[in-house]
Amino acid sequence: MNKNQPLLKATKIDKTFPGVVALDRVDFTLKAGEVHALLGENGAGKSTLIKCLTGAYHRDGGDILLNGETISPRDTLDAQGLGIGTVYQEVNLLGNLTVAENMMIGRQPQRWGMIQTGQMNWQTKEILSQYGLDIDVAQLLSTYSVAIQQIIAIARAIDLSGKVLILDEPTASLDAKEVQMLFGVIRKLKQKNIGIIFISHFLDQVFEISDTITVLRNGKLIESVATVNISSIDLVTMMLGYELGEETKSKEHDGVEREILVEFSNFGHKQSIEPFDLVVGKGEVVGFAGLLGSGRTETAETLFGVTPHDSGTATFKNKSVNLSSPRAAIANGFGFCPEDRKTDGIIADLTVRENIILALQAQRGWANPLPKSEQDEICKKYIKALDIRPTDAEKPIRLLSGGNQQKVILARWLATNPAFLILDEPTRGIDVGAHAEIIRLIENLCEDGMSLLVISSELDELVAYSHRIIVVRDHQHIAELVGSEITTNNIVEAIAADLNVDNGQYELKGVIS
Amino acid sequence: MMKSRYLPLIATCLIFVLAYALCYWQFPFMLSTRVVGNLLTDNAFLGIAAVGMTFVILSGGIDLSIGSVIAFTGVFIAVVLKETSLHPLVVFALVLIITAIFGGIMGAIIHYLEMPPFVVTLAGMFLARGIAFVISTDSVPVKHEFYTFLQDSFYRLPGGGRITVIGAAMLVVFFVGIIIAHRTRFGTNVFALGGGIPTSKLMGVPVAKTTIGIYAISGFLAGLAGITFSLYTSAGYSLAAVGVELDAIAAVVIGGALLTGGSGFIAGTLIGVLIMGLIQTYIIFDGTLSSWWTKIVIGILLFAFILMQKGLLLAASAQKK
Amino acid sequence: MNSLKRYAPQLTTLAIVLLLNYLVFPDFFKIEIANGKLYGTLIDVLNRGAPVALLCVGMTLVIATKGIDLSVGAVMAICGAVAASTVDSGGGVFMALSLALLAGLICGIWNGVLVSVLNIQPIIATLILMVAGRGIAQLITEGAILTFNDEGLIFVGSGSIFSIPMPILIWIAVGIIVTFIVRRTALGMLIESIGINQRASTFSGVNARVLLILVYAVSGLCAALAGTIAAADIRGADANNAGLWLELDAILAVVVGGTSLLGGRFTLIGSLIGAMIIQSINTGILLSGFPPEFNLIIKAAIIVIILVIQSPALQSKYIEYRDRRETGKTPVGKDAAS
Repeated sequence: MNKNQPLLKATKIDKTFPGVVALDRVDFTLKAGEVHALLGENGAGKSTLIKCLTGAYHRDGGDILLNGETISPRDTLDAQGLGIGTVYQEVNLLGNLTVAENMMIGRQPQRWGMIQTGQMNWQTKEILSQYGLDIDVAQLLSTYSVAIQQIIAIARAIDLSGKVLILDEPTASLDAKEVQMLFGVIRKLKQKNIGIIFISHFLDQVFEISDTITVLRNGKLIESVATVNISSIDLVTMMLGYELGEETKSKEHDGVEREILVEFSNFGHKQSIEPFDLVVGKGEVVGFAGLLGSGRTETAETLFGVTPHDSGTATFKNKSVNLSSPRAAIANGFGFCPEDRKTDGIIADLTVRENIILALQAQRGWANPLPKSEQDEICKKYIKALDIRPTDAEKPIRLLSGGNQQKVILARWLATNPAFLILDEPTRGIDVGAHAEIIRLIENLCEDGMSLLVISSELDELVAYSHRIIVVRDHQHIAELVGSEITTNNIVEAIAADLNVDNGQYELKGVIS
Repeated sequence: MMKSRYLPLIATCLIFVLAYALCYWQFPFMLSTRVVGNLLTDNAFLGIAAVGMTFVILSGGIDLSIGSVIAFTGVFIAVVLKETSLHPLVVFALVLIITAIFGGIMGAIIHYLEMPPFVVTLAGMFLARGIAFVISTDSVPVKHEFYTFLQDSFYRLPGGGRITVIGAAMLVVFFVGIIIAHRTRFGTNVFALGGGIPTSKLMGVPVAKTTIGIYAISGFLAGLAGITFSLYTSAGYSLAAVGVELDAIAAVVIGGALLTGGSGFIAGTLIGVLIMGLIQTYIIFDGTLSSWWTKIVIGILLFAFILMQKGLLLAASAQKK
Repeated sequence: MNSLKRYAPQLTTLAIVLLLNYLVFPDFFKIEIANGKLYGTLIDVLNRGAPVALLCVGMTLVIATKGIDLSVGAVMAICGAVAASTVDSGGGVFMALSLALLAGLICGIWNGVLVSVLNIQPIIATLILMVAGRGIAQLITEGAILTFNDEGLIFVGSGSIFSIPMPILIWIAVGIIVTFIVRRTALGMLIESIGINQRASTFSGVNARVLLILVYAVSGLCAALAGTIAAADIRGADANNAGLWLELDAILAVVVGGTSLLGGRFTLIGSLIGAMIIQSINTGILLSGFPPEFNLIIKAAIIVIILVIQSPALQSKYIEYRDRRETGKTPVGKDAAS
């Protein structure tokens, strides 16, 4: 093999879904023995690119070359046979089989049609020992920690594929010690000349382990650079799409003393967000900034009782309140537009009308139905106010576009007239026109005295409407920006702060294990 | 940690031993080879059918057609033996081929049409029972010297107990079932399906082949159970074996398998069948207790095992965190 | 008009079945009054169909939440036994009815708690009562067929008001009342929203836990009524055979009626039409002199046809096919560009 020839080379990959260009002529090159980080926010095209490489999707255009030969994997199994193995965040192995069975399934050593269990276990042990893992392989996989399962999955992928290893968010549920264990394995694989694609939203990890970084945004390749040549601020800027120095309009500190509406103290949930204090004033917009997986959605879900808090207290209008379930939160005048519309937001087969009145109706109780005329009036009002299209309220919501579905969910909450509304990525996957409308709406709502908590990765939007911005990283609230401090620059700097100390000489933060 | 995997099986064995001890304490005669032999003979058809059901449940499915297939098999054998001069062994082979294909077709529908096994096998249940009705609505007696020969062959145990042909057949089926489930690639694939079909697919498990195979085995074993039942009763009746699928499901769950699939033991099912048989034997021995207690006790055992499984799952996930 | 269109497939099927019945038995639609009571084959269909019609009311709601209730047949047996033993020990018909309904309610709540609080899969949760239920019923009847001659209770099964047999009145009344309740209140919509997307419904504040218990409780109550009618009809509680396999008929009726087993949108009227389709087939086979043995085969055939129509795999294949045809029509320029 030519030493300079790339291991895997993808050129001008195109992939279009109905209404969305997911990948727009993206190039990607992976060298043998390289750890190549693939970065981008949700919807940037990372997972689409991976799925094109592993055959889960069929690309619409472009070429994939493995060792100089064109490949077109039919599916993930095919890709695996060609040498491209993938390990996902939620380990795609079977917890109800033993470690050895997981490792050897479909190729167990047999004699007279019977599995030679002893030999199978021995072979598995041999394979795992290369990764420094000495465990009882006859135990069920589910008895081991996620980190060990992860390494077993990697060992299996390498054993089956052996050329390219794709790690999709492998560290998401690992603690610092386990991450180091995983990195040890990755370094060993590098020495074996395996090309590794590493996807993670933990930038510190990216700086620590990767040799090259490729950033995607909105389906386009932004840049591919050597890790040593990029600063963390540049990286965050590339990911979020802001030029440093470019100032967006920021609010003057309005100096208004707001009446406190909700106050959370020492509020948190063990697995998802460290305890934090948060005060939201009446008519205030609090923005939450942070990268994907930083703990921003987790904060919202804890506030709303989806993952009930296990520490701290909340007061609403100076009275202590119970936020142990969404129902309890709603009873206190909370509302929550979740990030994942499909699974957490829409009731696909119900009509737009039913989706709009659902929360209000649930609040009133089943025995106290909204009269049809009132329902129609509410629908008419919000369909007009939010410009929901088509305007027919009797259409099932699944037939609407993403942006319109988002507006229907918004309408669902506005109909309950909440005092405190949480919006998680309200403008994601929405066309530009709708963006402006939703921003205008947020501003109007807050003028009307509603308090809002808005999570968004669109920093200039956040800057435009927030009175206060909280920056979240590593499941902690790390900074608070008020008044004239609210600039995209400051946000980016806060997210990237302390991240890279001189070219990868990064010291591990938070190894308090 | 290791315990949680075997805990249901251990619980099943413990219940069996305790129950037997209780029976022995009240009726010392219960611990005789004669009772043991009868326990095997009387529950042979249920045991054989339950092995098939175990495979289905391990894969996360369910097969409601078993009882109907048993009835169909009985009627088919009885009528064919009456109408033709075919040797019973030929008829057995024929009926086993039919039932295996029947099961395989259900498996294919479940896989390719992505329909819930519950509904597909419900249709199978109606169909098999319907065909049995169409063949004959009467109870058709079987008179054949080969039948008499099989019924009269047994191995005498010390103490006067008998291991009959059908009792032995059940033990053989369990033995082969254990080997297939726990020692072959197919068996591992069955467990894999129970662990999750999408993941299994990603790992390269031949899902279509395995699903069809599982239901074909279940159909085949239901056919074999039908043959056993026909030997046991010397007749074929289209209304026979109603609800055997429920008993089989109960035996599998009491045997320690997870009804959602992916975890369990064929050997556990044997003990599950024996526990159910034991309850019945006890009630007969007692004489004053009524037969309905069997159903109630089985229901309670079912509930207890489902709760235990749920608890184990909760404990396991709590431990992880 | 709109609703006619909605039930077109069910009504057409029913019409075809009735027509076939008429062809094999020209007197099918003949109705006469004797002893102050309506008689005729059509009346017979409506009368005999009562238990399944009642069961499928509750079953529809359960299936709408993505659940299933296998225990209704056994619950019928329990409640029939409760009613019979009540009148036998001197209670009146109202006492018998109330106790039977109470028993059904308890059974339903038991199922509901297993499903909603203990989070056990519905098919497994209701299996427990399906297995144990008949034992409990036998416990009440002490194994025998518990006969009774309480006029009041018998009236429930074979009496008539305004010449219309009681069972018909009961199932139609229950159908109307339940339809009215779920559609005039928000209950129907909330149940559907749980069946379609329980997570999103909970996020919107829908009390899924309570609603789940409620639908199983309704199913238990319907089974109680069906069980009482079945017992009153034969003037005895037969713990072994009352309601045997009727859960399967009820599930079939719901599916025939147009409610998907995958939960979500439901139609009680459709289910009731489905129940009548099934009963017409049963009666028709009987009338045609066609051996009743074919009954089960025809049922199996119906399930297979419905399976194929509802199959998600086939549906997605069809959508794929349709999309391909549509995209085939879009301008060719896009392809030419690349």
